Amino acid sequence: MTTPLELDINLLELSGVAKRFGGLSALSDISLHIRRGEIYGLIGPNGAGKTTLFNILTGLYQADSGRFTFNNMEYSGRCKPHVLAQAGIARTFQNIRLFANMTALENVMVGRHLRTSSGIWGALTRNATARAEEHAIVQHARALLSYVGIDRPHQTLAKNLSYGEQRRLEIARALATDPKLLALDEPAAGMNATETENLKELLLSIRASGITVLLIEHDVKFILGLCDRVAVLDYGKKIAEDVPEKIRCDPAVITAYLGTEPIIPAQAGIQS
Amino acid sequence: MDTLLQQIVNGFVQGSVYAMVALGYTMVYGILGLINFAHGEVVMVGAMVALSVIQLLIDSGFPPLLILLISLIISVVVCMALGYGIERIAYRPLRNAPRLAPLITAIGVSIVLQNLAMMFWGREYHAFPSLLPNNSHMLSGAIITEVQILIVLIALGMMGGLLLLMHRTRLGRAMRAVAENPSAAVLMGVNINVVIAVTFMLGSALAAVAGIMVSANYGIVHYYMGSILGLKAFTAAVLGGIGNMRGAMVGGLLLGLIESLGAGYIGDLSGGFLGSHYQDVFAFFVLISVLIFRPSGLLGERVAERA
Amino acid sequence: MRNALKHLSSKGKRGAWIAFVMLAIVLLALPFFTEELFGRGWVRIMDFALLYIMLALGLNIVVGYAGLLDLGYIAFFAVGAYCYALLGSPQLGLHLPFWIILPLGALLACLFGVLLGAPTLRLRGDYLAIVTLGFGEIIRIFLNNLNAPINITNGPQGISMIDPIRFGEFSLGNTHELLGLTFPSVHLHYYLFLFFTLLVIFISLRLEDSRIGRAWMAIREDEVAAEAMGINTRNIKLLAFAMGATFGGLAGGLFAGFQGFVSPESFGLTESISVLCMVVLGGMGNINGVLLGSMLLVVLPEALRHGSGPAQQLLFGKTLIDPESLRMLLFGLALITVMLWRPAGLWPSNQRRRELVAENDAAQL
Ligand SMILES: Nc1ncnc2c1ncn2[C@@H]1O[C@H](COP(=O)(O)OP(=O)(O)OP(=O)(O)O)[C@@H](O)[C@H]1O
Ligand SMILES: [Mg+2]
Repeated sequence: MTTPLELDINLLELSGVAKRFGGLSALSDISLHIRRGEIYGLIGPNGAGKTTLFNILTGLYQADSGRFTFNNMEYSGRCKPHVLAQAGIARTFQNIRLFANMTALENVMVGRHLRTSSGIWGALTRNATARAEEHAIVQHARALLSYVGIDRPHQTLAKNLSYGEQRRLEIARALATDPKLLALDEPAAGMNATETENLKELLLSIRASGITVLLIEHDVKFILGLCDRVAVLDYGKKIAEDVPEKIRCDPAVITAYLGTEPIIPAQAGIQS
Repeated sequence: MDTLLQQIVNGFVQGSVYAMVALGYTMVYGILGLINFAHGEVVMVGAMVALSVIQLLIDSGFPPLLILLISLIISVVVCMALGYGIERIAYRPLRNAPRLAPLITAIGVSIVLQNLAMMFWGREYHAFPSLLPNNSHMLSGAIITEVQILIVLIALGMMGGLLLLMHRTRLGRAMRAVAENPSAAVLMGVNINVVIAVTFMLGSALAAVAGIMVSANYGIVHYYMGSILGLKAFTAAVLGGIGNMRGAMVGGLLLGLIESLGAGYIGDLSGGFLGSHYQDVFAFFVLISVLIFRPSGLLGERVAERA
Repeated sequence: MRNALKHLSSKGKRGAWIAFVMLAIVLLALPFFTEELFGRGWVRIMDFALLYIMLALGLNIVVGYAGLLDLGYIAFFAVGAYCYALLGSPQLGLHLPFWIILPLGALLACLFGVLLGAPTLRLRGDYLAIVTLGFGEIIRIFLNNLNAPINITNGPQGISMIDPIRFGEFSLGNTHELLGLTFPSVHLHYYLFLFFTLLVIFISLRLEDSRIGRAWMAIREDEVAAEAMGINTRNIKLLAFAMGATFGGLAGGLFAGFQGFVSPESFGLTESISVLCMVVLGGMGNINGVLLGSMLLVVLPEALRHGSGPAQQLLFGKTLIDPESLRMLLFGLALITVMLWRPAGLWPSNQRRRELVAENDAAQL
């Protein structure tokens, strides 16, 4: 099944993933695949099941059925979040979940946790290895903070950052885990036009560094202008998956979003 | 005398008390996702208030049943006020605080209640006057007193009433809606604050009745009785599946039986090494075992934390 | 400018050294002054204060760093104390040396911590609180009842004539003359406890500022986010819980050797709550705060014991409330008020201070 020598061009492949909450079918029979190095968009109306999908991918929820392959490893059934993080899936949260009373720097340093190894002994003795590791963690975290564009003092508590900064701090924290797939849950929510533009730059640069990006967004223009491919969820079902140009004029998508009237102008440019 | 049957009878009686208290835990947990740590003390206050009222009225010449009724009503009212106070002081101001915060305030409230009770009613054990005729019946070898029969009947009645309330009234629907999805409930026009307060008050009313029941059953009241009783009732709630009201009832009865049978046979089981004063230990091992093997309880469903 | 800064910092360093040496001298001389000024009884109280500080620091790792509510912490203290009492007294006829039983007690407490934590810590936080609460009660039931049919713990009477702490021939139970100074037993214990307290402080400080410490705090702040970032929350929480238990067991062993007597009565819920109160009052997760909280809460009951009786006599003509329940009442109220109005405790936390420093730095740039 797993052929480690030959890397699949698909980084992530879901087949038949389903999740119910009591009587509500939040996801049903979702199959999709994300290629290495692409920016993949996930859109859909409120309650469509986008976040639920993220929660399954990151091990916070357990799928009722189905499985997914990530980086040539298969996952099905019960899977712990830290195992998936270790495998290379990192995420941000729709309603920001930073470590509010820790500093910006510490938040990112926590992200290094799973790529480092000092334990109690290292902490107590502060031997050469532990010191070197700690130093590397700090350097790495600093670099990431400036990479995402947080130029406040790094000792600022996360809860005292501005909204846009908190969103970017979450991205920095996720990047600190050295992910292969970065899953962002509505990163542009609440941002103004300039911030959104900067975010776009940042995502492109992240992709350029070889990280695959999975993006949930409500801002359709944003997503269609940025993603290589897009999937549309509605009531827990995948109703479309294609390149942005096709998604834009897909009748099912237009119905899901707007009732029956097609209002999205077909020519709304990618470049706009 | 048939000891097995006797143990079952005793277990059933004690279990109905656990079930009543467990309901209070489970209702609050269902709505807030938090344990009401002060709930055990509400049971104690209920018993103590009833005791005082009875002592006050016992020489008044009222018929015993009337005295019992008055004491019951007063104690229920006091406990409901107390439940409301606990919610206002320990939980409401901290609804958006880290989870640790309300737990600590609730512990604070329970310590305060316990020590106020000790100052008020003293450290000593009080005899709970038996107002009802202490007739007992033989039930194919087991003895059951009328008080015990009454306890079981009242408990069943109240639990039935509660289920009706939850499923047949507007209030009950609102409570279930808040438990299901608080933000959606607000959008539908439910006043969350009222619903949560009412939940605490209902739980406390049950606790008051339960407090009187245990006291009448054992004939003893003590300022410390709430904490261990609370612990067991919580175990019952977890056993049945916390957040699930039918679970609390089933868990309560089951725990009562386990405890009573366990205490009856622990001597034989351990070859005489452990005696019946280990009765209180059973609940704890039940709790640990449930948490290991079936954390969602017997009737509970797995609920994931919303991420 | 830069030179000036350098000068300043080396001066700061020297200042720190001077402060450090002065503090050391004060701590070393403290028992003598205390005895001189207040009598030997207060040196004994100081010894207990140090034990409480160790306990509070241990609990601080669990509650303050990792955000896990442990309501039966004193049970680990009991495990350490009874381990010492059983292995070093006529009760079982064993008289193992101090340096074996103390670590053994700490280890045993750690083991109990793991056994208790492993099933509970994968669940939500409140379960831990109630399971530890139960464990605290259970331990007491066992200690009270394991005197029949085989007498192990001697029941409610407790175990007495416990061996004093002894290094070779040097027993801390006796008065010793050294360098022309007389060291009574309480003074000797003071130094031993001071050593262990400093050790626990050192360990706490080191852990706080480490990969593990950050993981604990991340879990405290947001467990879901922490596990999504790749922290194995169950193991890391278990580590905190086991560490806390170990410190509890250590303090327990020292307590047994110091007191020479243990009984179940010393290990009730009230004690667990007292230690929790010390942590919460001073400031959860903040070592200075915990130190302050412990000292306050050791001195306060003493003051109550001496002050509240006469004061009530004066006011009401009789003692209405006995000092013990007054103490618990105040502890309960303290827990409520601190959480409602000053959740960070009496001592502003490190982080807050660090942030202030950062803001100053920024202002200077
Ligand atoms: N833990 C849970 N328990 C019960 N229902 C849940 C849970 N998590 C999600 N749901 C339900 O599943 C459905 C899908 O939710 P989800 O959060 O995945 O939607 P979404 O597409 O992210 O929506 P939005 O755009 O509003 O974020 C919703 O109806 C939601 O109420
Ligand atoms: Mg969502």
